[in-house]
Amino acid sequence: MKFASFLYEGQTLLVPEKLSSKEVIVDSPVASISQIPYWDTPPVTPSFTYSKQIQRYLSGKQLLLEELPFSINTIYEHYLNGYITFVKPINQLNERFYCTRCGNDKANLFASFLCARCDRECMYCRNCIMMKRISQCTPLVEWVGPEMLFGNEDYKMEWNGKLSKGQKTAADLFVKCIGSREKLLIWAVCGAGKTEVLFEGISEALSKGQSICLAAPRTDVVIELAPRIKKAFPMVEVVSLHGGSEELQERGQIVISTTHQLLRFNNHFDLMIVDEVDAFPYSIDDSLKFAVLKAGKNDATVAYLSATPDKDLRNKADVGEITSVRIPARYHGLPLPVPAFRWCGNWRKHLKRGAIPEQVNNWLTEQIAKNSQVFLFVPSVNLLESVFDSVKLKLQNVETVHAEDPGRHEKVKRFREGKTCVLITTTILERGITVSNVSVGVLGAEDNIFTESALVQISGRAGRSADYPTGDVVFFHYGKTSSMIGAENHIQSMNEEAKRKGWIS
Amino acid sequence: MDILTGDHYCLWCEGRYFNDFNWRYLLGMSTNDGICSECRESLLSISGEICRICGRMLNNLSKEFRKGELCLDCIRWEDEPGWAGVLVKNRSVYQYNDFLKGILSRIKFRGDAVMVSPFMSPLKTLFKLEFPNDVIVVPIPLSSERLYERGFNQAKVLAELLDVQLKEILIRDSHEGKQSKKNRRERLAVINQSLFKCIDNVDLEEKNVLLVDDIYTTGVTIRNAAKELLNKGANKAYSLTVARG
Repeated sequence: MKFASFLYEGQTLLVPEKLSSKEVIVDSPVASISQIPYWDTPPVTPSFTYSKQIQRYLSGKQLLLEELPFSINTIYEHYLNGYITFVKPINQLNERFYCTRCGNDKANLFASFLCARCDRECMYCRNCIMMKRISQCTPLVEWVGPEMLFGNEDYKMEWNGKLSKGQKTAADLFVKCIGSREKLLIWAVCGAGKTEVLFEGISEALSKGQSICLAAPRTDVVIELAPRIKKAFPMVEVVSLHGGSEELQERGQIVISTTHQLLRFNNHFDLMIVDEVDAFPYSIDDSLKFAVLKAGKNDATVAYLSATPDKDLRNKADVGEITSVRIPARYHGLPLPVPAFRWCGNWRKHLKRGAIPEQVNNWLTEQIAKNSQVFLFVPSVNLLESVFDSVKLKLQNVETVHAEDPGRHEKVKRFREGKTCVLITTTILERGITVSNVSVGVLGAEDNIFTESALVQISGRAGRSADYPTGDVVFFHYGKTSSMIGAENHIQSMNEEAKRKGWIS
Repeated sequence: MDILTGDHYCLWCEGRYFNDFNWRYLLGMSTNDGICSECRESLLSISGEICRICGRMLNNLSKEFRKGELCLDCIRWEDEPGWAGVLVKNRSVYQYNDFLKGILSRIKFRGDAVMVSPFMSPLKTLFKLEFPNDVIVVPIPLSSERLYERGFNQAKVLAELLDVQLKEILIRDSHEGKQSKKNRRERLAVINQSLFKCIDNVDLEEKNVLLVDDIYTTGVTIRNAAKELLNKGANKAYSLTVARG
């Protein structure tokens, strides 16, 4: 859609081409909105009866004009009365372009085409193209009328489990931060019970009528968290947003979302919680960090959760730039299993001859004999098949899984149900999966793919349940790496800290 | 891109890749083709024995679906009253596998226009190899509604890659619905309604036309356009597409 601008009572106002009539004397040619250098948003007309529907749909978001199921007449009327504003989608400074929606400023992630809407070469952002193309002539629409308010009476928390001492310490600090501009890092070991730590803080935020976002980089985590939050706060509107979600247009006081989906929000949440803050792709994608900052209000409380925060966050915590709290103990009060190292020679060579090393085979057989299920991690997808062929010679109910595997969710489900004995996997399962009685082996732990944090996460799969609090963790390797030693030290120092505090027996 | 090292980002996987650093590159004779060699390998060229008319590969068709140098679909077209000889030949660059499907839907449904660039050099090559050089190149149009919605016509953007003058002489009716949402029967049901109209004051007498589109699936769209141009006096109609569905 093209726009023009006109002067009215000292303000420069926009008018969509479709609605510009002869009575309005436009002082700019009808053109792409990128050609209009400046415009105002009229002051709010308090007597105007605004559409509650638009408010509910748009408040706290920035959406493309074409994403709105309202007529341009209605939208424009809200603009003239100061309830809606139009935002330039792509900004240009010297030779550089910036995407307003995702913050992208990399030249190789912009391209242009001869646009049939604005009849000129139109630049678009390739970084966020999966959420409908944003190009120079498609303005973002933002609600600037009264904020949509949530009630603060009937939220009633239904969760009354008991927190461990470590959880309680973190939960208390979190509650204290609610309503402040504090940034908080909750560093909780795998199996500490992070989600439960959040309940009291969320409840506190609800009592203040705040809007809350619980974001995670991966869809699996969003899907897993949603029912737990809904159960704890049955009276509150909770929506979950991820690619493929059917609630994308719903509004809720609590939004559980992938970091990707936050790109549609703007200046909305009072409390932003980012789970697994060191996980891919959030850890390497600047536009997702941009999305989190943009979705939160300027004075939002931000809480980051991780078992393995990256250096940057740890440094910020060390110098006191952000508040931090550590939960070094699992909720069941028993120490984290410390990985054992077992040298197994040139296992790749072995594998070429069709067999995994004898030590690995024996260890697998032992685990099955004591009724444990086993995760066997390998460094890459192309090793899965040969390892599988070798393992199944001796054992039954063996499966492999990797990120692109179409049967991935089914296979993980079968493993959870105990139907599979050994699941051979890439690092895709390093996080987010809890199986009660499981041992963990890493074949080729020296490989670069197994960073310290990956190994800590992998080790964290074992011994999570109170019924089976121990579990074997073995790194089979062809030469120790600093990542392996780093992971061992990391786990040991958590156990020592927990012991010092008297949080584990 | 870095001129000296030939360093680029792949349009598809966003990975960095390098153009072969050789004299051809330095002399500007080979150009950046947009995607890295690994992604390029996922595109499978049409090769071996093909149907003389529609250009599909014959060697992976079972016996009962071919007859001599034609596939059964084309035999049916040629037997259909009013449709024999409407399309002289179609040629397509690639087999329609999941990878190509992904690229085409990114272009059409996500609107990532620049994603056509990997097709430039193979389209040009096939164009020179298979078609007379005096053909009039006509992109298959979109209806005006769909054109506004997408912002561009993918067939036109593809045709532009050929570096020849285009004649946008067809207009598409807007009431047909999406081809990609229909099955073969539904598509063939509209076979005798004209989907396209040629604009007036065009002289096609004795001229050959080449229609360009992203994909040839059942051939209904292309034959329909071809017929309209033949009715306006064109001599022969050919077509060129990226994919043979």
